[in-house]
Amino acid sequence: MDKNKKMLSINNLSIHYITEEGTVAAVQDMNLEVAEGETLGLVGETGAGKTTTALGIMRLIPEPPGKIVQGEIVFQGKNLLDMTTEQMREIRGNKISMIFQDPMTSLNPVIPVGEQIAEVIILHQNVNAREALERAAEMLEKVGIPPERIKEYPHQFSGGMRQRVVIAIALACNPKLLIADEPTTALDVTIQAQVLKLMNNLKKEFNTSMIMITHDLGVVAEVCDKVAIMYAGNVIEYTDKKSLFTEPRHPYTLGLFGSIPSIEDDEERLNPIKGLMPDPTNIPSGCPFHPRCPKVMEICSEKVPKDTEVSKGHFVKCLLYEE
Amino acid sequence: MNKQGQKRGPWREVWRRLKQNKAAMVGLAIILILVFSAIFADFIAPYGYDDQDLKARLQGPSMQHFLGTDNFGRDILSRIIYGSRVSLQVGFIAVGIAIAVGGTLGAISGYYGKRLDNVIMRLMDVLLAIPGILLAISIVAALGSGLQNVMIAVGIGSIPGYARIVRSSVLTIREQEFIEAARAVGASDFRIITKHIIPNALAPIIVQSTLGVAGAILSAAGLSFIGLGFQPPTPEWGAMLSTGRNFIRDHWHMTAFPGLAIMITIFGLNLLGDGLRDALDPRLKN
Repeated sequence: MDKNKKMLSINNLSIHYITEEGTVAAVQDMNLEVAEGETLGLVGETGAGKTTTALGIMRLIPEPPGKIVQGEIVFQGKNLLDMTTEQMREIRGNKISMIFQDPMTSLNPVIPVGEQIAEVIILHQNVNAREALERAAEMLEKVGIPPERIKEYPHQFSGGMRQRVVIAIALACNPKLLIADEPTTALDVTIQAQVLKLMNNLKKEFNTSMIMITHDLGVVAEVCDKVAIMYAGNVIEYTDKKSLFTEPRHPYTLGLFGSIPSIEDDEERLNPIKGLMPDPTNIPSGCPFHPRCPKVMEICSEKVPKDTEVSKGHFVKCLLYEE
Repeated sequence: MNKQGQKRGPWREVWRRLKQNKAAMVGLAIILILVFSAIFADFIAPYGYDDQDLKARLQGPSMQHFLGTDNFGRDILSRIIYGSRVSLQVGFIAVGIAIAVGGTLGAISGYYGKRLDNVIMRLMDVLLAIPGILLAISIVAALGSGLQNVMIAVGIGSIPGYARIVRSSVLTIREQEFIEAARAVGASDFRIITKHIIPNALAPIIVQSTLGVAGAILSAAGLSFIGLGFQPPTPEWGAMLSTGRNFIRDHWHMTAFPGLAIMITIFGLNLLGDGLRDALDPRLKN
């Protein structure tokens, strides 16, 4: 497979939420790329703009208050932002699909799981209800649920099982791009590993590109090829997995690694990043991270950092590295 | 566990819980008996509803006429049995009209929101501002009396109630993650409303409609009582009450039995409605 074939590229994307209390720049001037079969990790704290990015790609931002202010999202050579509602409906679930965070709430409680999987198949493929249900059973089997349970309702499944059902729905039409919005956050740790493994295997089997949204660097280490670290709507570091773990550059990324407990060292306390995420309606001037940054310089509160390529394919938004 | 599990749909659960509620089952039994007598009135009723026997006018309950006869010598029991046909028809069809119109308006209003919501709900407020019986009277006065017009009149009066209930459930359900998930698989608005939102909003609609049928039967009887509903010789309970009123001093049975029929029907529907509300309450799941 041609690894360099572009599946999705996001160029200069900005998404704002315009409310009475003020404008929230949920995503600021974002540039990302996902190649075929590749997994991009989108990492950041709650409120960093990860989910907004995902919804933006799906064109599911609630408008108003949300608004895509500028930029383009190019999927298979076409700008999704230029598409009509009907064209987008064709793409959703078929070419791009999404796994939501909480499997307890993302399944319809009054419809048997089989029908919920069949729904996406009926919507996008030219099959009748019976064939769709047959395929739904196949999908269930693929995600490791006995196909006999096809007529059961979501409340009869455990959290991990439900997330498997959600994955089956997402992959039922063999999408080109899968957006997973913290798919393991709501699951307990032992199930997390199973679900991640399952996603990884299916992704390889279908050669699907994936955007994995997470705040867990462990998940990144397990599944991602490339990583984008987000802070307050900005992608502040963007590189491949290996250089992220071996030579992180941005002070925020360093802080993230610093706050992970180490097995070897005998530490009394963790080293969290000082301070809190800024109020989204009132983001600090200059570099949004400067009030918390241990390496803050005078210029940081004035100048907005730009993407700097510190080594090939490794971008950092930090004035430390700007010429 | 699997085999048993497969049958446990949410509606089966509700039925299981409803069965445990004795009062609700009594209500259901009353309704079923009524439905049965309405369907098989021709076989059950000892006399026809307009068979006059002028020699036996105004007789009290006896072996020939269990519930007595009226001022034309018609058998009251038979008229009550035939009357259940009219009452149930009015009750269910009026509520059906109200659910169809009110439910659709409420769903549109709740789902799309904004200006459309405002326009629809203010129209509903206008309807709500007029007392139900007054509205029904004016509609019947405008359209003329008769079964069909009474159903329309009573139905229109209860549209706002359903619109509000459906709207409020749609408002909460629309924000749920599975609706976003449905959108994310490419479902259209129509499909989301009909397949994902309405089935989840059914519980309050069902409760309201059982109680609503009772209300509709009462309204129709009320309309007939004041002479705007059904014209004689239609065996309508409210109309029977109205005729009986003139003889109430000497012939209590002419008003008492139709009145009891109305009361028991409303009682049964309310018992069932309350039971359904409990059975459908998600907080009581066990």
